[in-house]
Amino acid sequence: MDRIKDFFSTFLLIELLKGMAVTGRYMFARKITIQFPEERTPMSPRFRGLHALRRYPNGEERCIACKLCETICPALAINIELAQRDDGSRRTTRYDIDLTKCIFCGFCEESCPVDAIVETRIFDYHGESRGDLLYTKDKLLAVGDKNEEQIAKDKAADARYR
Amino acid sequence: MANIEMDGKALSVPDGSTVIDAADAAGIYIPRFCYHKKLSVAANCRMCLVEVEKAPKLLPACATPVMEGMKVQTRSPKALAAQKAVMEFMLINHPLDCPICDQGGECQLQDLAVGYGKGGSRYQEEKRVVLNKNIGPLISTDMTRCIHCTRCVRFGQEIGGIMEMGQIGRGEHSEITPFLGHAVSSELSGNMIDLCPVGALTSKPFRYKARSWELKHTASVAPHDSLGSNIEIHSKNGTVLRVVPRENEEINQCWLSDRDRFAYEGLAAKDRLRRPMIKQNDVWRECDWQYALDFAVHALQALKEKHGAQQVGALATPQATVEELFLLQKVMRGMGSDNVDFRLRQSDFSADAGLQGAPWLGMAVAEVSKLDSVLLVGTNLRADHPLLALRLRQAAKHGARVSLLNPLDDDLFMPLAAKAIVSPAAMAETLDQVRRVLAGETVSGDAQKIAANLQQGESKAVLLGNLAQHHPQFSELHSLAQQIAAACGAKLGFLGESANSVGGYLAGALPAAGGLNAGAMLNNAPKATILLGVEPEGDTYNPAQAMAALRSADLVVALSAYKSPTLLKSADVLLPIAPFSETSGTFVSTEGRVQSFAAAVKPLGEARPAWKVLRVLGNLLALDGFDYDSSEQVRDVALTGAVSVKLNNTLKTLKPLSKVTHGALQRVGDVSAYHADAIVRRATSLQTSHAAANNARMNGALLSSLGLCEGVLIKVSQGEGSAELKAARDDKLPDACVRVAAGSAATATLGGLFDEIKVERA
Repeated sequence: MDRIKDFFSTFLLIELLKGMAVTGRYMFARKITIQFPEERTPMSPRFRGLHALRRYPNGEERCIACKLCETICPALAINIELAQRDDGSRRTTRYDIDLTKCIFCGFCEESCPVDAIVETRIFDYHGESRGDLLYTKDKLLAVGDKNEEQIAKDKAADARYR
Repeated sequence: MANIEMDGKALSVPDGSTVIDAADAAGIYIPRFCYHKKLSVAANCRMCLVEVEKAPKLLPACATPVMEGMKVQTRSPKALAAQKAVMEFMLINHPLDCPICDQGGECQLQDLAVGYGKGGSRYQEEKRVVLNKNIGPLISTDMTRCIHCTRCVRFGQEIGGIMEMGQIGRGEHSEITPFLGHAVSSELSGNMIDLCPVGALTSKPFRYKARSWELKHTASVAPHDSLGSNIEIHSKNGTVLRVVPRENEEINQCWLSDRDRFAYEGLAAKDRLRRPMIKQNDVWRECDWQYALDFAVHALQALKEKHGAQQVGALATPQATVEELFLLQKVMRGMGSDNVDFRLRQSDFSADAGLQGAPWLGMAVAEVSKLDSVLLVGTNLRADHPLLALRLRQAAKHGARVSLLNPLDDDLFMPLAAKAIVSPAAMAETLDQVRRVLAGETVSGDAQKIAANLQQGESKAVLLGNLAQHHPQFSELHSLAQQIAAACGAKLGFLGESANSVGGYLAGALPAAGGLNAGAMLNNAPKATILLGVEPEGDTYNPAQAMAALRSADLVVALSAYKSPTLLKSADVLLPIAPFSETSGTFVSTEGRVQSFAAAVKPLGEARPAWKVLRVLGNLLALDGFDYDSSEQVRDVALTGAVSVKLNNTLKTLKPLSKVTHGALQRVGDVSAYHADAIVRRATSLQTSHAAANNARMNGALLSSLGLCEGVLIKVSQGEGSAELKAARDDKLPDACVRVAAGSAATATLGGLFDEIKVERA
């Protein structure tokens, strides 16, 4: 019986018609293509994109150079040097993230005791030469300053699950 | 032996030991904070509570002696609950600032909190805050973190000899504090950093430098005194970041002197020499190794041709390794010269002919703590040999009689049975009195008491310190000490001056066939002189004379780790060599222990290990036998045979006591502890913590007879050289003596350590 069925469907092009039916259905369905970068898909507050270093509202940087992120980083992408600042507090003198090494696992964000290093929703960054993807402390702080509002909102949204 | 049962294991432990000792021996871990094996039992942290069968309450394991048939449960539900409760109380007032705490990663509280702490705190009230104390440039404090284990307090009382920290207040108001307005300044203070189980006392020079887990650990040997303390060098990215003790019960136990601990800062000094330099037309310029070595070799050969091999000589620091000293003397002997020496601060070499081996401690370091009676001759013990002082303190605590014959009377923090504080010129005479008493004569005064003390006890020693070894009558002191030791059955020993004082003898880095010794070379330098790590302004008996002598030499080739100003004035070629942390090598400690170590970090810049530089120098000079591939090969050649048979303190011929005449005032030139060698002189924290040592000290009678008062600026002069120093009063000094410590830049213009000195108002 199956052999007879196969025989007829071979030259009646049933599969082709089935496929065309799907095509035809989608021709009239609502389009889901996103016009990036004008349009964007919704994102989770936990999205792990470009890193940022945050500040407190008074402008003081949060990072206390505890080195937990550097220690936990599985890709060894973070490089921190620290020293005592003139006011006696413990601060980084260098905070580099090599984004060519980073695997965006988010461990740095999770290990941070002061919510200083975070991963933002930004994923469409680029570098024109290799060095551009070595994010220094200044660059990371600049990202944080620019996006603080969104970061704070995301942190607040995720706070109840932490 | 008592038979006990612990966690179901049957154990047999020595009577009188505590439960915690028994547990440690059996490999059962009981959590603890206040207990430390070298300190007395305080039992105040209560972390080590264990359940003992038939005891109504839990007992602290550190304070409970074992008893026959005892059954101990260290991890029973009741014990664990108690330990967890104690931990909860510990954490109530602890700031939990681990992320910014330098102790993080090596903190006992942190470690135990993982095992015994809760995830969150039930304590809602305000935590207590304790103000930080500034206790000097070596230890940084965060007293809120303190858990009041009192280890630092007990260390001062029991080990350091001076109680520098104490506890005030009770209950929640108790605080650990130094005495009001006092900094912690003892020579062993750094050990409190190691003892502190939390981050309350941490190292100030290391503050916020790195995390403990990212440091590379390299086992090494401390180069700043002759004990050969075992250390661990912690480095990161090619920089030495700190030095901590490596436990060795036979040498340093678990302690380390501040000098050995904090001197590493000098390794990164700004004036480290990074590239070879040569002086042409009085202008220094950097050049490459090839050029510098060619220049040195040609100049050496030309001067040897012109003036003969007798006008070629070499001086080395006793801090150099055996390999370096061996190759240096090999270069010299290969060139046909016997002029090589490392005893830079010695002034009397007349005993050399009678020496039968390398002068050493005369016993193992561990035996020092078991002595019954000891006579110390000419030593600034706490400054020069901090850990031997600690050993002697342990001995004194158990009843040893310590006698002292010295021009200084600095507090040794131990009871002295007898002491004779005399001027350097009178030391030999006083020692001779002791000898005469032992021979049956009667004299009055301190010598009688010293002799009486030496006649008691079983194990005895006569130890000659650095001041005796630098003394212009060293050979007489040596002869007398030998006779005294023989008369009372004591061992004769030398507290070696520097890391490799014994090694220098074993490597043969001293004249053997009538060559010039250090004294002669520094008086009248050979036309061509090689310096190995020598800084004439700080390392010699008579700095003024040494600098003049070196300036008059035609060629000075200096192998140095530092670009020191005097070398820039006197040398012609500077070859950068690696200090101990950057080279492999061997030190022979004062007890004759041969200890080799590896490099912890790479040499800075173009610096090279000195043994490699000397090897190349030998090859370029076309000398035979310089084909060594490793420092181990050099060591094996340099130290063939057993070391112990080469150690001998006995003189073949004794030197009779001579009459000395000296001027009106005599200098007492002890080498200040933190100016003893090139590295320490550049250790900034140690320098700031002990800056006050640069005074001219004399007793009140002398001060008033000179018409001076404390604090005025005075001009002290020896021969041509003079220095302006502050006058200070020290009534413990003998009459007609001015104590001006050597080694620092302020006193580098002065002359001999024990020569005549003139004092006038500046």
